[in-house]
Amino acid sequence: MGFQYANVLFGLLFGVAFVILNVAVLSRILAPRIKDPAKETTYECGEPAVGSAWVRFDMRFYTVALVFLIFEVEVAFLFPWAAVFHHFSKIGGLFAFLEVFVFVAILGVGLVYCWAKGDLEWVKSTSSGEAAVVPPAPRGELRAP
Amino acid sequence: MEFFTFVGWLLDNPDAGFLPKFIGVAAAWAVGITVFVSVAALFFVWLERKVSAHIQCRLGPMEVGPHGVLQTLADGLKLLAKEDIIPEGADRFLFALAPILAFAGTFVSFAVLPFGPDLVIADLDLGIFFLAAVGSLEAIGVIAAGWASNNKWSLFGSVRAATQVVSYEIPMGIAFVTVAVVAGTLSLNGMVESQNGMFWNWLVFRNPFMPIVFISYYIASLAECKRAPFDLPEAESELVSGFHTEYSGMRFGIFFIAEYAAMYVVSALAVVMFLGGWYTGIAPVDAWVAKSALLANLVGAIVLITKSFALVFLQMWLRWTLPRIRLDQMMYLCLKVMVPIGMVCLIGAALWQGIAGVPADLMGDSQRPAFPVVGSISGLVCFLVATVGGWIWVRGAIRGTKSYQLANYKS
Repeated sequence: MGFQYANVLFGLLFGVAFVILNVAVLSRILAPRIKDPAKETTYECGEPAVGSAWVRFDMRFYTVALVFLIFEVEVAFLFPWAAVFHHFSKIGGLFAFLEVFVFVAILGVGLVYCWAKGDLEWVKSTSSGEAAVVPPAPRGELRAP
Repeated sequence: MEFFTFVGWLLDNPDAGFLPKFIGVAAAWAVGITVFVSVAALFFVWLERKVSAHIQCRLGPMEVGPHGVLQTLADGLKLLAKEDIIPEGADRFLFALAPILAFAGTFVSFAVLPFGPDLVIADLDLGIFFLAAVGSLEAIGVIAAGWASNNKWSLFGSVRAATQVVSYEIPMGIAFVTVAVVAGTLSLNGMVESQNGMFWNWLVFRNPFMPIVFISYYIASLAECKRAPFDLPEAESELVSGFHTEYSGMRFGIFFIAEYAAMYVVSALAVVMFLGGWYTGIAPVDAWVAKSALLANLVGAIVLITKSFALVFLQMWLRWTLPRIRLDQMMYLCLKVMVPIGMVCLIGAALWQGIAGVPADLMGDSQRPAFPVVGSISGLVCFLVATVGGWIWVRGAIRGTKSYQLANYKS
């Protein structure tokens, strides 16, 4: 088994080596290198770039990222159960099933809670406290731009 | 000694010395996987251009080689000979690291992806878990690329990529778990072997929940590959070219190869998990083929690659048919539609597995139905009550959200 993981590690190193071979060796031999300050400017559709790109802006999916963390951990917890589930026939499969049923149900309640609180909405209230929420369009009609 | 058994002997034999084993693994990666990835990426790029052209009533590349088959090779050589520019103000270390992460993450997926019964580099017990882990490595490469470029388009692309990751990973993970429950293993070879026999033994037909899981996985895999309708990180009509706007030359080429290799990886994974892997789906043919290891591997590889290429073609077809959806629509689809459906399907598939077990011709001693009759009935009642009750609750929650929004909007 250890040898198999060594194979995987070898593949990872091989992938890294493939990129380095292409970018740092082959391309360096074949490609021209003519320095020009205009070439190295940041591309903003032809206009001179204004300021740095590393500015602060509203990410807005902070709670979604938290929901993601919780559910990823849930999935990670479910993998061992999934792998051995069919072995439970002799010692009571129903118990194993109901346990995970309760586990998933609790997470489902959490999802519904987030949903009801509006944390999964992309459009949220602005920082001034006033709501800037577009009402969902009625079914069958297009949303105004 | 036949070739495949020889490779298998090299990889598995505990008595073989370090050097022969090392040479075997190196040859498998260098000759097998690298050539396959390069050729498949070249072919897919050509196929994409041809498919898009024919969908739009054009011809596509026709000049280089018959029907332009060598066009991508020419383009690749051109990319190699293009100047490699790092823009000013970029984070040079991350800028160089990003293509490596994107490519190596996809490349190492081929370690566990089988091509035939013996044609796999490492049949890990954790196969699908490993794939889920390294699949995310590519996303990290994309996010790093956008961040390091010091370009606003790139940064927007990478933030969109991050949003997309936190949305599609959950339904995808739930789909993996569901498949693992039904197949009873996490190993990809084990999954394929659990689908032996006629095609109705394939996992996609195993119970009524599996087709839904398959579609859910396929949608999530489109998002993982950043394919339309989920090509938000590189939306060329909005963000110039998204996260790789500032990349040129072979660094851009590496991103391109990684993307097209990832298309094969997710399609082959769909084939392995749902569509019978290397089995033709006709039991007598499979039984006859399985008599010879050489034949089994050869036919198996052809069948598996053909099925995977068909799914890749479907991805291209979808790309040139569907318009790009908005970011909030993508999050709505992943978090509010596919996650609840995936959770219901997971519980339902586990229940079905416990009641019905596996098909009779595959039933081993350890795979008898897990529940006694009384347990089945009580489990079914629990499931129905919870599903219906949950649905009523969700409806109420949706109405609550809507009325909340409307109230705020009016004030």
